[in-house]
Amino acid sequence: MTAARIAGLAGPLVLGLVLAFLYLPIVVLALMGFNESVHYELPFRFSTRWYERLPGNERLITATLNSIWLALANTVIATTLGTMAALAFARYRFRGRTLMRLLLFPPITIPWLIIAIAMLVLFFWTGIGRGLHAMLLGHVALSLPYVIIVVGARLASFGVELEEAAASLGARPLQVFFRVSLPMMAPGIVAAALFAFAISFDQFVISYFLAPPGVSTLPVEIYSAIRKGFTPEVNVISTVVIVISMGILLLFARFSRFGGER
Amino acid sequence: MSAVEVNGVTKRYGETAALDGVTLDFADGSFCSLLGPSGSGKTTLLRAIAGFIEPDSGEITIGGVSVENIPVRRRGIGMVFQNYALFPHMTVFDNVAFGLAVRGTPAGEIAGRVRDMLALVRLAGFEERKPRQLSGGQQQRVALARALVTKPKVLLLDEPLGALDRRLREEMQIELRQIQRSVGITTIFVTHDQEEALTLSDRIAIIDQGRVVQVGAPNDVYERPETAFAARFLGDANFMEGVAGGDGMVATTAFGPVRTADPLPNAGAPVMLAVRPEKMRLVKSTEGAESGGDNRIEGTVRQTVFSGNSVTYIVAVGDEVVRVFAQNRGDEVFDVGDAVVILWSARHSVTVKP
Repeated sequence: MTAARIAGLAGPLVLGLVLAFLYLPIVVLALMGFNESVHYELPFRFSTRWYERLPGNERLITATLNSIWLALANTVIATTLGTMAALAFARYRFRGRTLMRLLLFPPITIPWLIIAIAMLVLFFWTGIGRGLHAMLLGHVALSLPYVIIVVGARLASFGVELEEAAASLGARPLQVFFRVSLPMMAPGIVAAALFAFAISFDQFVISYFLAPPGVSTLPVEIYSAIRKGFTPEVNVISTVVIVISMGILLLFARFSRFGGER
Repeated sequence: MSAVEVNGVTKRYGETAALDGVTLDFADGSFCSLLGPSGSGKTTLLRAIAGFIEPDSGEITIGGVSVENIPVRRRGIGMVFQNYALFPHMTVFDNVAFGLAVRGTPAGEIAGRVRDMLALVRLAGFEERKPRQLSGGQQQRVALARALVTKPKVLLLDEPLGALDRRLREEMQIELRQIQRSVGITTIFVTHDQEEALTLSDRIAIIDQGRVVQVGAPNDVYERPETAFAARFLGDANFMEGVAGGDGMVATTAFGPVRTADPLPNAGAPVMLAVRPEKMRLVKSTEGAESGGDNRIEGTVRQTVFSGNSVTYIVAVGDEVVRVFAQNRGDEVFDVGDAVVILWSARHSVTVKP
């Protein structure tokens, strides 16, 4: 075999290994949801008993609904605010613009654990306290820099010229925004919204710190369930979440090449 | 009647004046070029007329009405941008229809007017294409159609041909002029390309450092440049500095006495003369005596620059050089080192301000 052919085979092989490494644990997790044994014992015996028991697990259902509600609210709020901020950064000159832009990046690198502690202290101190509202506040603060950066990158890809052209053709500012700026930003906004949803839906640390007793989100609930021992119902809810979220992502990918030129 | 008037307009950015008391008027239906090097303020002036820039002082009127505090969208302008600024997410039809759609024009009327406009720019049948599927020249024509469909009072063009290659640019120049004439719209055209300005314009305004250096018909500005800058920027020129002679018509320069048809200042005052290279003629020094010409300077050919249909001779005269342009007629070829005489008429020695 020539070197080129070896290289030609090595590429797909490496890629295959990487994908296997990513998906194998998920496949195992999904399979174990269909295993009859509560202790993940082998041999594998197919059963749907854990799926049947899921609706009865009120804690898990409530936590999942909390997570979905939080993620959706966070997506709407963070995407709206972040898009407005990105527009301001890209299209207006104002005092402190450079400094504020610079300050967007550190929160991305500060460990979430530290941010979580800082928020807990601040919320306790200011009387905001703990609860879903506090979690939402935390998630929004955490998602904003990502949204601003993603939408900002999209805005930077087309100049102010398009908006000027629209104005020269007689468009009012709102028409300029809805007919030109918004459609041009759309791929960036969709990508940013997915980011915001994922950041909130995945969020464990901040939710864990800001959740009062009796209130939890899916990641927090899974964590406490796992601590108590084996719970195939966690596998079941995880599988359901994976299937739904992959379905949504595939739908988005089908209808828009987000981030890229349309 | 003037379609657009600019009266003493000044715009400062910090210490530097991008526009320094500019006064210009643009006749109804005329094609006027703002010609200047980059950073001269020509684009700033165009953007001030469009309304993207608010002048610090001075007044701009469009159609006899002051446009102070009138936003861009209500100035009745059509603008073509340097990179066309077509909306990439819209089809050609929607791009051209945009100006009508935002005014709430009925769909039926929009369809008709867009169709007519696309026919005018020879793009019928391209309605459903996206801008990225068009060539540079086609995008250019869509941008023109989009700017004209709303029947603006004035058409503003910001170096619209700059991104095209030479051949296409020359084709578009002709087409642009035809369309402009057929629509009869007052047009202000920003360019740094002197040939483009000469070819297209009814009038040229030469702009330098935020000021209007000279305004006039292309022919006038070219033949009678008032300043050394205008002479140099529009075409090529040999400059001869010296002092005015006693008879008022001969200047003493480093090249010797030079005759001019222009009246000179008092004897001894400094003068500067500009002579276009194509107004000069070379003859062999042995024939010099018989040939006419009010001015004759002896020199030696130092270099020849061949450009196909013409040759430029760089002739050394003492420590100075003179550039002489000659059509390539196939006769009278001079070689480096030849002793020659440069001849030209007194009326082609134009006095300019340094």
